[in-house]
Amino acid sequence: MSAQKPFIDIRHAKKSFGTLEVLKDISLQVDRGQIVAIIGPSGSGKSTLLRAINDLDPLTGGEIWLEDKQINMDLPHRQYERHINEVRQEIGMVFQHFNLFPHLKVRENVTLAPKMLKGLTDAEANALAEEQLTKVGMIERIDYYPSQLSGGQKQRVAIARALAMKPKVMLFDEATSALDPELVEEVNLVMKQLAEEHMTMIIVTHEMGFAESVCDRVLFMDQGVVVEEGPPEVIFRNPKSERTQNFLRKHLAGQKA
Amino acid sequence: MGLDFSVIPKYLDIVLLGALWTIGITVGAALVSFFGGIFLAVIALYAPAVVRWPFRIFSFLFLGTPLLLQLFLIYFGLVQIGIDVPAFVAGVIGLGLHFAVYNSELFQTSILAVDKGQIEAARTLGLSRMQALRKVVVPQAVRDVIPPIGNNMIALLKDSALVSVIGVSELTLSAQRAIGSTYRPFEFYVLVAAIYYIINLGMEAVLRRVERRIQASK
Repeated sequence: MSAQKPFIDIRHAKKSFGTLEVLKDISLQVDRGQIVAIIGPSGSGKSTLLRAINDLDPLTGGEIWLEDKQINMDLPHRQYERHINEVRQEIGMVFQHFNLFPHLKVRENVTLAPKMLKGLTDAEANALAEEQLTKVGMIERIDYYPSQLSGGQKQRVAIARALAMKPKVMLFDEATSALDPELVEEVNLVMKQLAEEHMTMIIVTHEMGFAESVCDRVLFMDQGVVVEEGPPEVIFRNPKSERTQNFLRKHLAGQKA
Repeated sequence: MGLDFSVIPKYLDIVLLGALWTIGITVGAALVSFFGGIFLAVIALYAPAVVRWPFRIFSFLFLGTPLLLQLFLIYFGLVQIGIDVPAFVAGVIGLGLHFAVYNSELFQTSILAVDKGQIEAARTLGLSRMQALRKVVVPQAVRDVIPPIGNNMIALLKDSALVSVIGVSELTLSAQRAIGSTYRPFEFYVLVAAIYYIINLGMEAVLRRVERRIQASK
């Protein structure tokens, strides 16, 4: 770990729903430009951890910092809302089910937030949308509605929508799990491209091959704790923990079946 | 005394003018009920209790008392406390608020039916809750609820006849005036019924257009 302050710093994150503890004291530091994959069985808390970073699922204990700003600050409700709206502009998020706005065309999906929050003019917003959609290879569909797109295309638009806010970090919550197998690659390619541009990314995924080829670090989570973490070649080729070994074995068997 | 429709042309201008008033009241009240309905629905779902309860009581009063009485109260009653509204405005407000309460129930259901992922996606981009509601949730909710809202609007058109009791010369009242001079109730009531029906057909045609438009973007 480098000596400088971590870009994202999660300190003793705890989360419970009633008596159910979903995150049990998790700490994680991510440096600028680093790409971290979080893997683990369903119910392990990996999505909850990711969603805690932009406060979609607020923590019940611990702190999350982005650079020198604490994300889950203790503020009165109104002030907190203003604070979190600002923080979220810096954190892009991509969902398993895309969550594109179906009543808006592709173009407007991308321009909505920059226009509302950054005061861009129509011309500026359009230029931005064209730039981002070109990047994800969706410029030809700029005047389509989401319902006219395939799953892979929807997800690429969703990535462009997040990138249009010029975020410092991108969070991917099983971005390819809902896709037909033949559509996974086009989304992975876009994510690889972001990796090459040194975007800081945290990726919750079931795609072990992708995680291995793209990520700097892999976290294996189970039952609300980080069981093991390290570089991908260690986690995937030579895991120390028995739980990691079991999970990977089962996962590989499942993929072959 | 048989039927004699030949009296109609002489009074046709009065009746048609009445039809215009009916259309005016209906359109005005429809707008009030549409936007008022969205407003009431958002209050009912998202406002803190101190704001929610007064509106809830207001809604109960509008749902639980006759529209006729509400019109009397707005037109004749409010004058006593110094609020003098013209009959047309009183009619638009009374009808509009009455149906806003009905529409609000529909909007509430359809707002809740919008996928939770939509508000999450909007919020992760940095939109506030109100911004997300305004730009993402409500437009989708409105889209889904246009057909039943349309039914309410047709009921509104028919109930606009009640506004005749506060002296707005809309279709029903103008028919009564024509009947007062001619003693030909059957002929004029049939005529007016036909005009209501034609306005109704026009509204349905507009609604179908809107629905097709929406369908195209789904």
